[in-house]
Amino acid sequence: MQKPGAMITLSAVQKSFGDNHVLRGVDLEIPKATSMVIIGGSGTGKSVLLKSVLGLVAPDSGTITLDGDDVTKADRDAFLARFGMLFQGGALFDSLPVWQNVAFRLLRGSLKRPRDEARDIAIEKLRRVGLKADVADRFPAELSGGMQKRVGLARAIAAEPEIIFFDEPTTGLDPIMAGVINDLIREIVTEMGATAMTITHDMSSVRAIADSIAMLHDGVIQWTGPVAQMDASGDPYLAQFISGSADGPIEAVR
Amino acid sequence: MTSLAPGRALGTLGRGVMRGLSAVGRATLFAISALSHMLRPPFYGREFAVALLNIGWLSLPVVGLTAIFTGGALALQIYAGGARFNAEAVVPQIVAIGMVRELGPVLVGLMIAARVTSSIAAEIATMKVTEQIDALVTLSTNPMKYLVAPRVLAALIVVPVLVGVGDVIGIFGGYAVATGSLGFNAAAYLKNTVEFLEPLDIVSSLVKGCVFGGVAATMGCYFGMHSGRGAQGVGRATKGSVEAAAVLILAANFLLTGMFFSL
Repeated sequence: MQKPGAMITLSAVQKSFGDNHVLRGVDLEIPKATSMVIIGGSGTGKSVLLKSVLGLVAPDSGTITLDGDDVTKADRDAFLARFGMLFQGGALFDSLPVWQNVAFRLLRGSLKRPRDEARDIAIEKLRRVGLKADVADRFPAELSGGMQKRVGLARAIAAEPEIIFFDEPTTGLDPIMAGVINDLIREIVTEMGATAMTITHDMSSVRAIADSIAMLHDGVIQWTGPVAQMDASGDPYLAQFISGSADGPIEAVR
Repeated sequence: MTSLAPGRALGTLGRGVMRGLSAVGRATLFAISALSHMLRPPFYGREFAVALLNIGWLSLPVVGLTAIFTGGALALQIYAGGARFNAEAVVPQIVAIGMVRELGPVLVGLMIAARVTSSIAAEIATMKVTEQIDALVTLSTNPMKYLVAPRVLAALIVVPVLVGVGDVIGIFGGYAVATGSLGFNAAAYLKNTVEFLEPLDIVSSLVKGCVFGGVAATMGCYFGMHSGRGAQGVGRATKGSVEAAAVLILAANFLLTGMFFSL
């Protein structure tokens, strides 16, 4: 049953790949217009969880609802039109110039705009993420990793979605660029009033982006609560993850 | 223990056969899905135009070179072989029938498998491992419509044209060798070629081109979309796509030849 204010609800979600039981019954609620960060070690199923919500991975059992409606029964185009996503590696289309990557959704489908208007929006979004207009006609391969992340972020917000997912937004970036991306995500989510779900194991990202956090361990949500309570949670798994210690209930060798 | 060995071998064989049949089934369903997406909107005109350019126009040099050398070699072989029973004069007819019915379509098909199937498989597989396919889905774009349908449709249309071009260039290769170094009269060579060919020869050539083009593009897309992870996954997808396309083209050629000329 969905609680008032919860936009995305996961109930007893399970997913296995062969003998590998990645999700063993995930229960989680993400309130509207808040920023939820999912943390957890590498290979604990954070990406699978996020892709399950988007329908990129089909859960074996359990339910996922958006505004109370089962996502598997929703009209696919209308459902996806509410989402924007920043992929871990950017996932920019190599064959298209940057502006067409950013305006991809605005050049086709139900959100199609005239080409000039779509280009103007793309350039505005590029500016929003700190990139100059001259980047618009370059190809993704000509950009640095940090610039590609920003282009990916511009693409995620181009159609002004209600919900934005961020998959490891700072992976592979230097600390300064990671800080820039974190600040951008926080600003954009706040000014758009969007609901955000971020997966990361970068604790500086967690502190910069999150309103609340959920720790995924061993296929279930080990702890969830406001980010302000994170350091005093009393949960040994979360405490070990925050400290980065090899000693604790989480096995260092997995 | 030894009594279990035959059972185990049979089980291994059975699992292999089941895996093979399952793969054939999946590829067949994929091809049907690709065809159905060609017929239903949305249509992506730009992707179709780019595919036409890549599969058709940019394949012309390799197709032309393959055909001209094959036509020339065929003329030399038929002349040398025919000389054993005083049948050197049949060079124009055999070059024409050999190129149009068999070598033109098969060689163009195999060249397309090498050039286009590998390229499609590597491109789509790379898109898959870098999450570009997932990104397409999240941007409300069906990869079957955006990536697969335009490529398969372009191949169905443009490969028969390439086969036609290959046939003509191959015949020209034979003509050049025959008239240049084997002492054939140019006008008589062309007259014999034109008079000997029948409409069914040309129709069979173009139909084969259409089927081979569809097979080549579908295998590239199928293996690309089902690629494994990482560089090794891309490599396996590329290799598998070319192997499957080449074998299917040769098998389809056998069936189509039987269909057209054994009746």
